[in-house]
Amino acid sequence: MFSGIHRLGAFLIESTHGAGYGIWLLLHTLMQVPAIVRTKSRKDLYRQMFICGIQTIPVTVVVSIFTGMILALNGGLSLEQIGQEGLIGRIVAVSMAREMGPFMTALILAASVGSAMAAELGTMKVSEEIDALEVMSIDPGRFLVLPRVLSMAVMTPVVTIYIVLVGTLGGAASAYFQYDISFERFRTDALEYLTLKDIYTGILKAFIFGTVISIVGCSEGLRARGGAIGVGSATRQSVVISYLLIIVLGYYVTFTFYYIEW
Amino acid sequence: MELTGVHKSFGPHAVLRGVDLAVRRRETLVIIGRSGTGKSVALRHVVGLERPNRGEVRVFGHDIQKASRRQIHEIRSRTGFLFQSGALLNWMTIEENVALPLLEHNRRMPPDEVEDRVLAKLKLVGMESARRKLPAQISGGMKKRAALARATVLDPDLVLYDEPTSGLDPVIASTINELINRTREALGTTQIVVTHDMESAYSIADRIAMLCEGRIICLGTPQEIRSSDNPIVQQFIQGKTSGPLALES
Ligand SMILES: Nc1ncnc2c1ncn2[C@@H]1O[C@H](COP(=O)(O)OP(=O)(O)OP(=O)(O)O)[C@@H](O)[C@H]1O
Ligand SMILES: [Mg+2]
Repeated sequence: MFSGIHRLGAFLIESTHGAGYGIWLLLHTLMQVPAIVRTKSRKDLYRQMFICGIQTIPVTVVVSIFTGMILALNGGLSLEQIGQEGLIGRIVAVSMAREMGPFMTALILAASVGSAMAAELGTMKVSEEIDALEVMSIDPGRFLVLPRVLSMAVMTPVVTIYIVLVGTLGGAASAYFQYDISFERFRTDALEYLTLKDIYTGILKAFIFGTVISIVGCSEGLRARGGAIGVGSATRQSVVISYLLIIVLGYYVTFTFYYIEW
Repeated sequence: MELTGVHKSFGPHAVLRGVDLAVRRRETLVIIGRSGTGKSVALRHVVGLERPNRGEVRVFGHDIQKASRRQIHEIRSRTGFLFQSGALLNWMTIEENVALPLLEHNRRMPPDEVEDRVLAKLKLVGMESARRKLPAQISGGMKKRAALARATVLDPDLVLYDEPTSGLDPVIASTINELINRTREALGTTQIVVTHDMESAYSIADRIAMLCEGRIICLGTPQEIRSSDNPIVQQFIQGKTSGPLALES
């Protein structure tokens, strides 16, 4: 009993500490933004952008095609009953742009890029590399966290855009083969119904998710302690925390833009 | 550089229990002691990577606990630190690693001058042929030499070496010892060297301090240490298994 309370307390303290550190790191990093303009070595920034945007292409393509196909297939099943298969286009396009695109992108990037950030910075932390940076008076926030956050904040929306495009194409293919909806019809319906708002909320979400994933990955990595085990648990924590935040924040962004009357 | 009554614990584990140590300008002070007695921890206090629970650390006239960010920055830019594990950044080549302090501290230094200085430092440690390699592609001893080049590239006033010769073959180890001696002679650098290697300690030290159970138990010239009548010191420098130092603790 007592040990249960004790553990709950320790867990709460640890979580609060982690959240506090994450927020501090975000603010601290944002204040360093001007430095990236002045810096001579953008190598790490480009490397990070490559990792987020290019290296993830194979998995994002497969995931998005199948997501689009699932949406079309399921939507079609219900619409078929009321004789409205013609509306598959809008269902696929809108749910991809508004929800599934950013969401899928975020899950993929959290699992691949975010976890890699935690592992990389965690390894650097336990092998004294972060200390070495500090002794050289190089701020790890500017030198390591900033390029990672920046590249994710920029690349997550980019990846989202092509996930939405590819996913919608997947949906169109599925609509064509399963429900005999011509590509032309799919496109007209999708474009007619899709609004600018769907697109910018999707992109805004992607931007928020990308920032959150990279901050969580970096802060878990920088908090790593105690050798390889510490790095492993930092990596796992970064994925778990990112997933929770993606789901919760995703809900609130949709809520803010579509439920509240502005 | 001065530590006064420094206490440091990690949780219940008291590592430093009142370390008093003053380093004179331009001397090479060697800290010896058994594995796990807190030599690295003591060294980390000097650059503010650890804060003492009790006691005072003064570097270049600043109390490190009260120093502002600017002052810490100043202390660190005048200090080179060779980490036990090298701590090179693994996605940068050896050359880029060594150039890092130069680029970060003198943003206006022209690229060819940076290159010249990096090359000169790498030559000193015999690493110029491996300069385009990544840390993962070279041996542990080579990493240490590259890290040594990085620690001294700014020609700092104070250099801290954490086990500069461990893991190196005897020839390279004596080259490193010579390098440490030469650095001091050429630049008048103050140096603190942590080591287990008594041969190296004798060849570089002006004074040797022995750390045991969180305190400095003996401090003196290599001669004085060799003829010390402290049984712990004698056991350590002769590497005997029997004596007051037990395997436990
Ligand atoms: N950040 C830390 N958290 C908890 N304990 C630590 C931490 N840093 C060091 N210690 C403990 O402090 C003690 C001294 O460590 P230190 O690395 O200074 O030893 P050392 O004298 O340098 O040994 P070696 O010669 O093997 O390098 C060890 O018992 C270690 O477990
Ligand atoms: Mg050590």
